[in-house]
Amino acid sequence: MTVTLFVPCFVDALFPRAGISMVQILERLGHRVVCPAEVACCGQPPFNSGYWDEARPIARQVLQQLKDAEAVVIGSGSCGAMVKKFYPELFAGQPEAALAQQVADRTWELSEFLVRKLGVTDLGAHFPAKVTFHDGCHGLRELGIKQSPRALLGQVRGLELIEMKEAETCCGFGGTFAAKFPSISTAMGEVKCNSALETEAEYIVSNDSSCLMHIQGLLSRQGKPLKTLHLAEVLNHA
Amino acid sequence: MSTNVAQFQEAAARVTADTRQRQFIRTALGNYEIARDKRKAAFQSWESARQAAALTKWEAVNHLDTHLEELVAKLEARGTKVHWASNGTQAREIILGIFAAKQAKSIIKSKAMTSEEIHLNEALEKAGFEVVESDLGEFIVQLRGEAPYHIVFPSMHLTRGQIRELFAQELGSTSSDSPEELTMVARRVMRHKYITADIGFTGGNFAIAETGMISITENEGNARLTAALPKTMVTLIGIEKVLPKLEDLALFLPMLATAGAGQPLTCYNTMYGGPRQPGEADGPEEWHVVLLDNLRTELLADAEQRDALHCIRCGACLNVCPIFRNVGGHTYGTTYSGPVGSVITPHLRGLQDWKHLSNASSLCGACTEACPVKIDLHHHLLHNRRNAATEKPAFLERMGYKVFGIIANDPLFWSLAKKFGWLTQPLQKLVLGTALDPARAWTKTRDLPPLPQQSFKDWWKHRP
Repeated sequence: MTVTLFVPCFVDALFPRAGISMVQILERLGHRVVCPAEVACCGQPPFNSGYWDEARPIARQVLQQLKDAEAVVIGSGSCGAMVKKFYPELFAGQPEAALAQQVADRTWELSEFLVRKLGVTDLGAHFPAKVTFHDGCHGLRELGIKQSPRALLGQVRGLELIEMKEAETCCGFGGTFAAKFPSISTAMGEVKCNSALETEAEYIVSNDSSCLMHIQGLLSRQGKPLKTLHLAEVLNHA
Repeated sequence: MSTNVAQFQEAAARVTADTRQRQFIRTALGNYEIARDKRKAAFQSWESARQAAALTKWEAVNHLDTHLEELVAKLEARGTKVHWASNGTQAREIILGIFAAKQAKSIIKSKAMTSEEIHLNEALEKAGFEVVESDLGEFIVQLRGEAPYHIVFPSMHLTRGQIRELFAQELGSTSSDSPEELTMVARRVMRHKYITADIGFTGGNFAIAETGMISITENEGNARLTAALPKTMVTLIGIEKVLPKLEDLALFLPMLATAGAGQPLTCYNTMYGGPRQPGEADGPEEWHVVLLDNLRTELLADAEQRDALHCIRCGACLNVCPIFRNVGGHTYGTTYSGPVGSVITPHLRGLQDWKHLSNASSLCGACTEACPVKIDLHHHLLHNRRNAATEKPAFLERMGYKVFGIIANDPLFWSLAKKFGWLTQPLQKLVLGTALDPARAWTKTRDLPPLPQQSFKDWWKHRP
C-alpha cells in the first residue's frame, strides 16, 4: 500500500526522530511511504482559537495534497482528530465538504493504522525500560484511541508498562491554551508529571508529541530525570 | 484586556500557586469519583441511561412551549400562583412584591442557584429583609459573605477547622470540629428560623409538566422544612427544568444523585403539587412559582448549543474538569462555574465579556464524557471561541494566523522559518524567561525543546 505520511509541523521542526521512526516502521512493513512537501500544518492553532476563516485556507491546501491518497497516517492524535473529526465540521456547507469527509475517512492515527487497519501489533521492537503511557485527550476522546498504543507496547521486548494514576486527565497543553493561560496549564502539567513520577517509570511515552513537549518542558525545568518519547521511537527501537 | 479576563487570570494565578487548596479539592473530587463510579456500575448500562436522559431532555427542550403551558395549567388548577419573569430584574421585582404584600420580614431559603443567578439575596437584604440559607453549605458561605464555590457543594473549599472558627466567630459557638457537632450548631439556628420565618423560598430540580409538580432534591431535609413550615412558599425555577412526564423522574432522580454526588438517590426527593388543599393538615397556604427565562430563550434559539439547556445542574462536569480542579470555583467569577458555566455564561451575560472562560480550556473533553445528559460541552467552548472571533476578531491574533498559514504550508517559507529559528536559538537562550523573551508565556515555567539542525523534511529530502 502507498501510505501518505502527514508529519505535523512541530514534529517536523522539533521532533524529526519521531517522523523518521514512522517512515522506517511503515517501510519495514513493506509499504511505500510518500510525504508531500507542501503539507506541514493541519490548521489546528487558528481553528482551536476560533479563527475558522484563517484555518480554512491551511486545511484546504492539506485536502488538495491528500485528495488522492490511499491512506493517510498521522503520528499525532491531536492533528489526527483535526483531519478526521474537525475538517468535516470546518467545511460543512462549503464546496469542499464531500472531499473533507473523504479524506477524513481515509486518515488514521499511527497506532490505529498499525493495529486496526494493518492488524499488526508486534513490530519486533526491543526497548528494555519501565514506561508509562500518556493518552493525549484528542486521541483519547475525539478518536477513541485507548487500546491500540497499549497493544503495540505490549509486544515490545523488555518493556514494562506501568499505568499512572488519573491516566486520562489532561496534561494541560491544549495548544494556544498553554500560552494564553500559562499558570493553569502549568498547574495541570505538574499534576500529570507527579502522577508519572509516582510510577517510577523512566519514560513517558505518548502518541502525541505536543503533550510531550509540554510535559518534557516542565520536567526539564525542574531537573527531573524522567524522559519523554514518541510511541513511534519506541516501536522503532531495535 | 477586559477587567473580567484580568480578574480571572489574577485569581487563577493565585489559586494555582496555592498547592494546599488544589490538593484539598483534588482529594475531595477523587473521593467523589470513586463513589460515582460505584453508583454508575449499579446502572444496567450508564451509557444507555445517558442516551435516554439526553433524548428526554431533547424532547422537553425542543417542545418547551407546550410543556410549559401544560405545567402552568396544572399548577394553576390546584391554586398555585404562577409568575413569568423575562429577566433577573423582573424576577426580583415579582419576588420582592410577594414578600411586601405578605408584609414579610424574615425569609428562610433552601438552595437555589437561580437565586444566585439573579442576585436575590443582595436585593432582599438591601430591601431590609432577613434571609437565612438553610442548606448547610449555603449557610456557611452566606456567613462568610461568599458566593457558592461549587453549584452542588457550595463550601467544599473549607476545612472543618475553618468552619468551626467561622461558627465560633459568627454564632458564638465553641464546638469541636466534628461534622456532627458543627451540624447541630447550624441546626439550632435554623430550626428557630423555620418556625419564625414568614416566607419559605426554594429552587427546584425538575418541573413535571404532566402533573404540574416541582421536584426538589436534597440531602438535609432543609428544603422540606423550608417548604412546609412558613405560611407562604415561593419557588424560583428556570424554564428549562421542565420534564414532560412524572415517570421521567424514575431515570432523572437516580441519575442526578449518581452524577452529582455518587449517591444511589439523594436522601430527600419531594414533589410539590400545590398549596395546602381543603382538608389537608399541613403545607403553605399560598404557593408562588416564578418561572425564569433570563436569556434561556436566546440559548433555545441557538440550534447548535441548544443542548446546553439539558443541564440538570449536577456538577459532574465541574468535578472532572482539570481546570476547575486547579483554579477552583470562585476564580470563574460567575454563578455557574466549570465547563457548563463557561459554555452558558457568554449566552447569559455577553459573549465578548465572558469569552475568556471558553478560551481557558484545553478542550480535553472530560466534561462531555461525564455529562449525564450528553451536552456537547467542550465543542461548545470551541463554538463560543469561533463565534467570538467571528464577531470581533483580535487584529494581531488574526494577522498572526494568516501569516502562520502562509508560512507553514509553503515549503520554501517553512524551511526558511526553521532555519531562522535554528540560527536565532542561541540568542533566545540569552533572554530566556525575561520580558524580552518572545516565548515568555511558555518559558517562565517550561523549557523549550531544542530546534535540531536537521528537520524531518530535511532528512526526507536528502535521504538516499
